[in-house]
Amino acid sequence: MTMDPAIAEPEPATRQPVLSLRGISKGFGAVQALTEIDLDVHAGEVVAIVGDNGAGKSTLVKILAGVYSHDAGSIAFDGQPVSIGSPAASRELGIATVFQDLALCDNLDVVSNLFLGREITKGTLDEEEMEKRSWSLLRQLSARIPSVRIAVASLSGGQRQTVAIARSLIGEPRIVILDEPTAALGVAQTAEVLNLIERLRERGLGVILISHNMADVQAVADRVAVLRLGRNNGNFRVPDVSYEEIISAITGATDNVVTRRAEARNTERNAS
Amino acid sequence: MSNTATAGSQAERAADLQDERLFHGEGLTGAVEGFIRRVRSGDLGSLPVVIGLIVIWAVFQILNPAFLSADNLVNLSLQCAAIGTISIGIVLVLLLGEIDLSVGSVSGLSAAVLGVTLTQLHWNSVLTVIASVLAGTVAGLIYGLLFTRFGVPSFVITLAGLLGFLGLQLWVLGPNSSINIPFSTWLVTFAQQMFLPPWAAYALAAVAALGLFWSDWRRSRRRRAAGLSSGSMSVMLVKAGLLLVALGVSVWYLATDRGVGAMFVFFVLLVVLMNFLLTRTRWGRAVFAVGGSVEAARRAGIKVNRIYISVFVLCSTFAALGGLLAAARLASVGASSGGTDTNLNAIAAAVIGGTSLFGGRGSAWSALLGILVIQSISSGLTLLNLDASIRFMITGAVLLLAVIIDSLSRRSRASHGQA
Ligand SMILES: Nc1ncnc2c1ncn2[C@@H]1O[C@H](COP(=O)(O)OP(=O)(O)OP(=O)(O)O)[C@@H](O)[C@H]1O
Ligand SMILES: [Mg+2]
Repeated sequence: MTMDPAIAEPEPATRQPVLSLRGISKGFGAVQALTEIDLDVHAGEVVAIVGDNGAGKSTLVKILAGVYSHDAGSIAFDGQPVSIGSPAASRELGIATVFQDLALCDNLDVVSNLFLGREITKGTLDEEEMEKRSWSLLRQLSARIPSVRIAVASLSGGQRQTVAIARSLIGEPRIVILDEPTAALGVAQTAEVLNLIERLRERGLGVILISHNMADVQAVADRVAVLRLGRNNGNFRVPDVSYEEIISAITGATDNVVTRRAEARNTERNAS
Repeated sequence: MSNTATAGSQAERAADLQDERLFHGEGLTGAVEGFIRRVRSGDLGSLPVVIGLIVIWAVFQILNPAFLSADNLVNLSLQCAAIGTISIGIVLVLLLGEIDLSVGSVSGLSAAVLGVTLTQLHWNSVLTVIASVLAGTVAGLIYGLLFTRFGVPSFVITLAGLLGFLGLQLWVLGPNSSINIPFSTWLVTFAQQMFLPPWAAYALAAVAALGLFWSDWRRSRRRRAAGLSSGSMSVMLVKAGLLLVALGVSVWYLATDRGVGAMFVFFVLLVVLMNFLLTRTRWGRAVFAVGGSVEAARRAGIKVNRIYISVFVLCSTFAALGGLLAAARLASVGASSGGTDTNLNAIAAAVIGGTSLFGGRGSAWSALLGILVIQSISSGLTLLNLDASIRFMITGAVLLLAVIIDSLSRRSRASHGQA
């Protein structure tokens, strides 16, 4: 059932991964959400994590973000073993996370949300500097937000998502984790997020991208790690792998719903 | 004068005014229009309580012309200080979406500690004040630790505290059912007889107006430097001018009687200080964030437990301070200190003043506005010779009204997409 290991990326022996997970397991009561997950992220690399609903992607993200603790396994940052006990610890390491459920404070305005936990101060809060930087950051993401002084509760779903993404860029992250960042975005904003991911890579950051959109994944990712039912189920270099191979790793079989639909469409087309 | 931003001249626009969907008014009319738009969309702020206060004052003045006499207003201001101080702490816990039901007992405990250490143990008066305030701080620390360690709802912890600290208060008092604090103590003098001389009161009013103008002007200058839209000079001047006139008239009127009480000024300064901490510091921002969404605050790296503990500590400390002021004003301490309606009035004041029970919304000023409403009702009914039974019912009705307004404006915000 697991993929032929020959396809997996040969590790660049000279470079040390920024973030390295070994044997991470996590259970919620009776549900074993993650079993012995291995994952490496290098500087200047975009790693996509794909998998079906409930495969454990968000759980893995939350472990890296310090929201959940893991039951077994080890995490190394820059080769040093670390424990990520709290979200604050994760941010201090240089891991910035955009959560699938966004985690914004509805009662605060956009500026306050962007700088939450890392406000700029000059004795007191420096609102002007924060507002200025908010605008330039949001422009960079082509955000269509009319005012940064309104509560985020009054923003649309995509605008909220843009705010959550913009927030992860504040500070000097080494690793940016994006859990389905483009799920609610419009065409232009999705393209901007993909551009942004490429810029982050050029700046030498490690990016972990979680997405159900294979086109996006193939467009920006260098490597794809597949999770299936909480286990590693393949690790591919994007140039070497086809769409069908990724799909069969996600669903666990070459004969599956997706391929059957594709075949049906093909035969229809041939018949007509 | 007001105009709606149009596309086209985008390049010259300030960075925050470039979206063409944005309403933007300029100058005074713009400020007024913006205010009306905010109120319509359910962002009522302190508007209901200000209107309520005016109605209450008008009604009582019609029923009894002594109500707005300088003498009565001076009394009113002094009555506000003690419970108002307790109410500042309640505002803080409400901002987190929590509650403290024991502020009455804690204020009583602090009063008891004051009475016993001062008159029976003959401690130095400064030391007794420190000891009684610290009693509150310790109570708050216990709440904070219980809340963050065991996750017991604050409602239950403080209900236990209500009984526990009442018991402790009675134990500290021992056989004395009531202790008189000598009038010569500076604390009593401060609470009962110290009034600002008129020149000092006028100077304070001028400082307040100048301070408002200075902070507005500085913000506007810094915004312009950052390439953002900045408020217009006329709005700033009108705001500061109105404040100056309002304060000046109040000082003049109160000065026809005894003047502005030192204890009241002390209370207002505490409100200003807390307002500053809540709106201008990282700690204050974190308080609002935790009140809005604990999980989001935690994921943003805020040390949520520290925020909870600091707020519970501050709340009980303010309660103890309020207990001290009440004891000093009555020059006596007893089993009933901090009893009867202290608790309820302090909580009611914060809610009536416009701090939401649902967390994340409110301001330190609601302690001042709310306690003014409550004490006005109480003073007006006393002048009309109505007894406590009626007072309780009316205060209860006003509290209910405030909570209904809070819930309605929350619903209105939701329907305007600003919940
Ligand atoms: N807090 C929790 N308590 C109990 N079980 C949980 C919890 N969070 C996740 N799980 C379980 O862990 C498994 C993995 O969930 P996870 O959210 O990581 O999936 P996912 O891969 O992100 O899915 P999706 O693509 O739908 O976002 C699921 O079976 C889910 O029910
Ligand atoms: Mg998920």
